Amino acid sequence: MTRAQKIEEKFFKMLMLIATTFILAVLALIIYSIFEKGLRSISWEMLTQVPHGGYYYGKGGGILNAILGSLTLAFGATALAFVIGLPVALYLNVFLIRHKKVIDVIRFLLDLVWGIPSIVYGAFGFSLMIFFGLQTSLLAGILTVTLFILPIMIRSMDEILRTVPIGLQEAAYSLGSNKSEIAFKIFTRQSVSGIITAVLLSFGRAIGDAAAVLFTAGYTDHLPNGLMEPVATLPLSIFFQLSSPVPEVQNRAYASALVLTLIILIVSLFSRGIGKRYHKTKINF
Amino acid sequence: MYVFNREQRHVINYTWMIISLLVVAFLPFLLFLGLYLKSILLLQGNSLYDLIFSKVWRPSAGKFGFYPFIVGSVWVTLVAMLITAPVCLLTAIYVTQYTRKFVLRIMHPAIDILAGIPSVVYGLWGILVIVPFISRHLGPWLGIPTMGYSILAASFVLSIMIIPFVLNILIEVFRAIPMELKEATLSLGATEWQTIKHVLLKKALPGIIAAFGFGLARAFGETMAVLMVVGNVVRLPHSVFDPGYTLPALIANNYGEMLSIPKYDSALMFAALLLLAVSLFFNLVMHFFIVRYNKY
Repeated sequence: MTRAQKIEEKFFKMLMLIATTFILAVLALIIYSIFEKGLRSISWEMLTQVPHGGYYYGKGGGILNAILGSLTLAFGATALAFVIGLPVALYLNVFLIRHKKVIDVIRFLLDLVWGIPSIVYGAFGFSLMIFFGLQTSLLAGILTVTLFILPIMIRSMDEILRTVPIGLQEAAYSLGSNKSEIAFKIFTRQSVSGIITAVLLSFGRAIGDAAAVLFTAGYTDHLPNGLMEPVATLPLSIFFQLSSPVPEVQNRAYASALVLTLIILIVSLFSRGIGKRYHKTKINF
Repeated sequence: MYVFNREQRHVINYTWMIISLLVVAFLPFLLFLGLYLKSILLLQGNSLYDLIFSKVWRPSAGKFGFYPFIVGSVWVTLVAMLITAPVCLLTAIYVTQYTRKFVLRIMHPAIDILAGIPSVVYGLWGILVIVPFISRHLGPWLGIPTMGYSILAASFVLSIMIIPFVLNILIEVFRAIPMELKEATLSLGATEWQTIKHVLLKKALPGIIAAFGFGLARAFGETMAVLMVVGNVVRLPHSVFDPGYTLPALIANNYGEMLSIPKYDSALMFAALLLLAVSLFFNLVMHFFIVRYNKY
């Protein structure tokens, strides 16, 4: 190695180390500033009450409406996306297993849909609402977010289901199972942990997205009551509180951001932990 | 209660699967059709060329020129990629080629968390940290008066947001390169960096382009975080320290009043259609890069 080569090697290695440290440092900085700002202004009142009159000018109240609203909306959307998504993922991996070309086309379509920005879903949901004469409501929000998380859900399940060995399928056939039994009884059981991870991932996406619900779910200071009523969501509540000129209200935005970040961190911790738990039902090859 | 027998259950499950599959398969076409039908009204009165290249945005006068928004979006996206691309490339090479396994074990949860943080929280972080930094330190230091709410602030926040997407793909790309290739080059006497520069990077090029392309598409459509820090001024930006306006921010900011001005809703749906078209186009092109890459 010549001297120049040695210097070049060192230089780029240093650059790489800097880049890696940069990413980790930024992540640490984000987490730190959210926690530092949020912890200072969070209170029990904020978590347990709905906004009182004049809340957005600094009067009392909390963001319970947004917390419950976000949870309801995300649960609804995740459940609906699961009901549509699981069969599709199973269909790809059990029924179409011999038609690679068809699978490729569908996976390609799903990847395309995955890449579409959520604001486009929001706009689409809004134009549908106008078409059907609906108001902003929990239902419209759930439907829009469902469309938005559907590709995420299906593709993550698909990635797990495609690792199920073909031998398991053949064994089940030889014992006389039909295709839907193999799909719903064997494939789902074999991939429980991966499916739960996919569901949690989608839930995280559903609860954190603001652009898709901006048009469709509306906003309200009341607790969610009924599918046809508008519903408050945490991301939007952060956004609205932040645009207020009153410092106290802005501080509440930081606290709300902390709540949202915590929910998402907990969900992602769960999904990491669950992968290790459900190994018992899995057949190892 | 009537209990279905095996065959009936099979038929029910099968129908359920087919219906779900149809819903999913038609989704992109439905999205396109729905938005197109809504923007026809605008397209009838104005030519596509005028809409895209006209600089005048005055909805109340019926003038819809999307040029400032398109330019704003392109600036924000490109500057974000300028930051993300080298950082991700270097990190991906470092964690796959130079370090031991445990670094990857740290990086994976870090990437997951970065990907999981909602865009509103990124926007809030931008307002808390990036905007004051630009207006109080970077701007004065360079002698440029700036509010802080600028293309640069949006780009920086955005560049952090797309790191997980780009980095994930890049790590996969570099891990997929066969070890033998590296061993052969090293055995010929090349240094590790020479191997990376002359062999790995060449081999990974389609994958790298695809990763950057996906990142670009992602960045182009990002709404809330950008909206919160970009400044939202309808004007052609002259430098990265100027405030700007992006297409997604335009849609999100004006949904409230769009039904009160004629053709306004149609214009916003046209903006969404543009976003959809850009996103589909980029993902399509990048998909073929990935397919080519897998063939090697």
